[in-house]
Amino acid sequence: MSLSNVFQVSSSAMSAQAMRLNAVASNLANVDSVTSSNGQPYRAKQVVFSATPMGDQGDASQGVAVLGVVESAAPLRKNYDPSSPFADTDGYVSMSNVDPVEEMVNMISASRSYQTNVEVMNAAKQMMTKTLQIGQ
Amino acid sequence: MASSLNTELTTLLKAMDVRVYRQQIIASNIANADTPNYKARDVAFQDALAEALAPQSPVVQAVALQTSSPLHFAGKSGGGDRYGTLKYRTEKQSSADGNTVDMDVERAQMADNSLQYETLLQFVNNRLSSMRTAISANS
Repeated sequence: MSLSNVFQVSSSAMSAQAMRLNAVASNLANVDSVTSSNGQPYRAKQVVFSATPMGDQGDASQGVAVLGVVESAAPLRKNYDPSSPFADTDGYVSMSNVDPVEEMVNMISASRSYQTNVEVMNAAKQMMTKTLQIGQ
Repeated sequence: MASSLNTELTTLLKAMDVRVYRQQIIASNIANADTPNYKARDVAFQDALAEALAPQSPVVQAVALQTSSPLHFAGKSGGGDRYGTLKYRTEKQSSADGNTVDMDVERAQMADNSLQYETLLQFVNNRLSSMRTAISANS
């Protein structure tokens, strides 16, 4: 039944959007982080989406694959705080390069896309349920 | 009589298959609404149905059969472009990342497509129930 391809496609999109939402959560949580596990200031993370064929229908059913997570190359935010142990010789501390406005936009976009994919899935489910009732 | 019922059901079922195929395409478009450089696609329903109903088109939902003797039927394997050519949607507003999915268009098409599918289902059900009436008329 090729309707089940819709489930595959939508669920791949949902997990990709959930991953994007996860990256947004990390970025917003670390908006004021001065250092991270590698000793460098935290850099905003973005997930990269790619269309990938799913099921046996070739180009007709394309799901979403997450190619990877990239770090933002935007310049780090400089904060004047001479008393911090991370301050440089001029008294500036390099903070994360997370842009909260951009992250909020990303968050709204990811959650709306997630919801839309849930609706697509529900529509396919309804179609399948009605098909099962043929002749009853 | 039986053959005419069969013919009519076949047409309806093929039309349903094309609707399901189109639902997949629309689901793919919506799934890839945030994928850079993804181009939204669709099929023209009329062409797709014409191709699905064409006598030379492979059996819908066919699977390749496993054979262990040359006397076995090979079966027909499902081909790639069975329901017409996939076309690209014309974009109304360009986006910076090269994506051409317009969510309003896709949502509207999805609603339309699933409603049309349910209409076809209703036709099938009606056909079957009139057949049932016919065979139980004398009892």
